Amino acid sequence: MINKIVVGTKEAVADIKDGATVMVGGFGPAGAPFNLVQALLDQGARQLTVICNSVSQVAPLIENRRIRKLIASFPAWADRSRANPLDEQYATGEIVLEMVPQGTLAERIRAGGANVAAFYTPTGVGTVLEQGKEKRVIDGREYLLERALRADVALIKAYRGDRMGNLVYHAAARNYNPIMATATNLTIAEVEEIVDVGQLDPEIIVTPGIFIDRVVKVPKRSQW
Amino acid sequence: MKAGLSKELIALRVVKELQEGMYVNLGIGLPSLVSQFVPEDLEIVFHAENGVLGYGPVTEQQIDSDLINAGLRPVGLRPGASFFNHVDSFTMIRGGRLDVTILGGYQVSEKGDLANWKTTEEKIGAVGGAMDLVCGVKKVIVAMQHTASSGAPRIVKKCTYPLTGKEVVDMIVTNLAVIDVTPEGLLLREIAPGVSATDVQAVTEPTLIVSPNLKEMELKI
Repeated sequence: MINKIVVGTKEAVADIKDGATVMVGGFGPAGAPFNLVQALLDQGARQLTVICNSVSQVAPLIENRRIRKLIASFPAWADRSRANPLDEQYATGEIVLEMVPQGTLAERIRAGGANVAAFYTPTGVGTVLEQGKEKRVIDGREYLLERALRADVALIKAYRGDRMGNLVYHAAARNYNPIMATATNLTIAEVEEIVDVGQLDPEIIVTPGIFIDRVVKVPKRSQW
Repeated sequence: MKAGLSKELIALRVVKELQEGMYVNLGIGLPSLVSQFVPEDLEIVFHAENGVLGYGPVTEQQIDSDLINAGLRPVGLRPGASFFNHVDSFTMIRGGRLDVTILGGYQVSEKGDLANWKTTEEKIGAVGGAMDLVCGVKKVIVAMQHTASSGAPRIVKKCTYPLTGKEVVDMIVTNLAVIDVTPEGLLLREIAPGVSATDVQAVTEPTLIVSPNLKEMELKI
C-alpha cells in the first residue's frame, strides 16, 4: 500500500544533509511551511543553498547562519524599513545572494521539474540582471537565457493531503508550492488535514501525489 | 515646496484611468490603496501576483492569513474570484493579459525608464515581480511622491538607481501632477489643486512639455 504519511516533522527532515539545496514555498506567511523549516532548524543542517521568495520564509535559518547561498526574488521583508537579517552576512560574503525576478524564479523552477534545461524571457532585459546571461533577439524582441532550477529537497505547505500525496491548497497559500513540488527528488509537504484516499475529488486535486514523497500533518502556523 | 495630494488622493486620481472589465495589478505601498477607491458598480478585476484574481478591498481584521495581496495585507474576495499558482500568475503578467499595472517608483526618467527596486544607499534591494510586470503589462502607471524626502526630484533625466525596466512607464501620477511619457518627452497634463505648472517644473529635472489643455486634477469619486 502506498503510504507517504510521516508522523512528525522531525522524522520528515531527518535525512536532509549539510550542503543540501532546499526549496521552501510560501509568499509572505501564506503557504510558508513554518513547521518544516522549524524542524530543519532544529535538525541542524548547515551550508544550505536555499531557494525561496523572500526572507520571511526562512528568517530563522538566516539568523542562525545555516545558509551559504540564497536564491530569492525579494530578499528583504515586505516592510522595507525593517532591518534585513541578510545585510550582515551578505556584507561579509558569508551568504551569496542570487536575485531572480519573481516570474523568472517561478518559471526556472517549473523548467527544473519539467526537464526543460533553459528558456528565454524578456524579464530583466535592460537591467543589471542581464549581466552574465546570453541575450538573444527572437522575433524582433530581446530575451535573456535563464537556466532551470532544481533542488535536493522541497519543503512545501498545502491544506489537505492523502496517503498518496495528492494535495489541495488554500487561498493565496498556493503560490510556489505546486511548482516546487515538481522540481526535486524529495518533496516534503506539511498539511493541516490528512483525508482518506478517495476523498479528494480528482477534479480538484492541484498537486497529484506523483510529485510528493512525504506528507506530514502539522498544526496551522502562520508566523515565526 | 508644495505638498499637493495625500497618498489617498493620488490613489483616487489613478482610479480614473481604470475602466470596466480591466484586469489590474497593484504594486505594494501607495499603489495598493487604489483598490480601496474603486466604485462598487465598476467591475475591475484585481490581480495579485501571489495568486489571486478578483480580490476586494483590504479588510480591517485578518480573517484568513492565507488570503493576502502582494503587500501581505488581508483582503476580501469579489464574486468570480480565482486562485492559481505562481507560474500561472506570471503567465498572466508576462503573457500580456493584464491591462494596467500601478507601481511605486524611486525614479522615473525622461524616456520612461523606471527604477523601483534598489536605491544606491541600500546594500541589497529587492526586485519581486516588478521586472516581469513592466515587460508584460499593457500600460504601466507609476504612482509616487514627486520628490524624495530630501527634496530631490524623482522625475529625472536619467535614473541613477538600478533600473527595473527601460522605457516602460506610460504615465506618472504624483502628489503634484499627472504626466504622460511620450516620444516627444514628458507631457504635463494635470496639476493638483493649489499647484502651478511652474511649481511642478521646479521639482522636475527634465523640461516638461506643458499641455495646451493643462487642467486641474478631478478628484471626485
